[in-house]
Amino acid sequence: MNEMTGLKPVTIPRAINWNRLDDEKDLEVWNRLTVNFWLPEKVPLSNDIQSWATLTEREKELTIRVFTGLTLLDTIQNSVGAPALMPDAITPHEEAVLTNIAFMEAVHARSYSSIFSTLCSTKEIDEAFRWSEENPHLQAKARAILETYAPGNDPLKRKIASVFLESFLFYSGFYLPMYWSSRAKLTNTADLIRLIIRDEAVHGYYIGYKFQRGYEKLDETAQQELKDYAFGLMFELYGIENQYTEELYDEIGLTEDVKVFLHYNANKALQNLGFEALFPPEVSEVNPAILAALSPDSENHDFFSGSGSSYVIGKAVATEDEDWDF
Amino acid sequence: MVRTDGVEVFFFSSRSGNTARFVDRLDHPAHRIPDVETPTDKPQGPFVLICPTYADGEGRGAVPKPVIRFLNNPETREKLVGVIGSGNRNFGATYALAGRIISQKCNVPLLYSFELAGTETDVIRTRDGLRRLETELCSTVT
Repeated sequence: MNEMTGLKPVTIPRAINWNRLDDEKDLEVWNRLTVNFWLPEKVPLSNDIQSWATLTEREKELTIRVFTGLTLLDTIQNSVGAPALMPDAITPHEEAVLTNIAFMEAVHARSYSSIFSTLCSTKEIDEAFRWSEENPHLQAKARAILETYAPGNDPLKRKIASVFLESFLFYSGFYLPMYWSSRAKLTNTADLIRLIIRDEAVHGYYIGYKFQRGYEKLDETAQQELKDYAFGLMFELYGIENQYTEELYDEIGLTEDVKVFLHYNANKALQNLGFEALFPPEVSEVNPAILAALSPDSENHDFFSGSGSSYVIGKAVATEDEDWDF
Repeated sequence: MVRTDGVEVFFFSSRSGNTARFVDRLDHPAHRIPDVETPTDKPQGPFVLICPTYADGEGRGAVPKPVIRFLNNPETREKLVGVIGSGNRNFGATYALAGRIISQKCNVPLLYSFELAGTETDVIRTRDGLRRLETELCSTVT
């Protein structure tokens, strides 16, 4: 007790010093996120108006609903998810990175409204937001995540839920703009979605990294308990995602293709936590057109996966050291 | 003198450990390139480099600094016979970019690319590929 004021002594408020790092990863990720900063105004969405007109009414409705579902997840991550991780931060720099993550989620949520105002009528937009409040599967996944974020919950369980949201739950939605893009439709919208996907990948990676730092400090029993929890939550969310996917995509005949994409992303989410994959390769081989839409221009002809190619040693051209000054 | 009885693996992996987990499953002699400059294991014979990508949206900084330092040694570079790049397709056009950059700069083939810690298929393909590469190198060096 402080005799003068009768107050308990509190921790000294400390200013953040970026020149003294406890974890280099904080600065690495801060730099990555700030360099990647963007706003929806950067993308010429209005170039998609003609393409939008070629979609059937059902395809339009599906697209608006999918984007509304994504808006809900971004809203949760902005207003609850990322802020909920802040009290658990180990370093002040981690807290700063989380504020960036929280803000970018708000930019993502804002972006969908930019797409809507460019392409859709007010009536269509209002109908979709009403749908998002009434759809049981969408509400179920939102609730499952929000429960984990609740105050007093295990910090590492929160990180598991957060990684599953960032690296798994978005993908039933992200599939559709990638599908349209592979058919040369809504290509500007797809460009914007790719910016969101890029951000979510850094978020999932970083939160998964922080999870691993906490996990490695636990004893074997606690680790096993947490791992069981992670796989249990993944099963629960996967069950919901399956139903959500069927309800959205059955009519357009894409359900099976989307489910493979879910398996692929569930495996990647688990890898972000440092765990092994859950779904075997035979059910996780994503349609090449979707993979190409995800990472355009990155296709390479490599030696191990190519057939009949033979190893040729290149000419020994010395690489000058200055070439490496990236 | 070129050793022809095997091809070693050198790899870089940050504390997130994806590449290290991939290499663990390869069942192949491997050396980790350390984060901080130390007298690291120098390749004694032909080796394959496995390198993750850390590019920003414009592709800058794709190759980790410790890997640049490692390859800046001409004797090391001389023994490099191929590169495997890793990354995340969610980074779009810069997916596994480090592999492509090293392949171009060092004039060696890009052998393979994979995501994060790799799938079972990636591990099997790489393991088989390394074996095939050893055979081919044996038959080309007389």
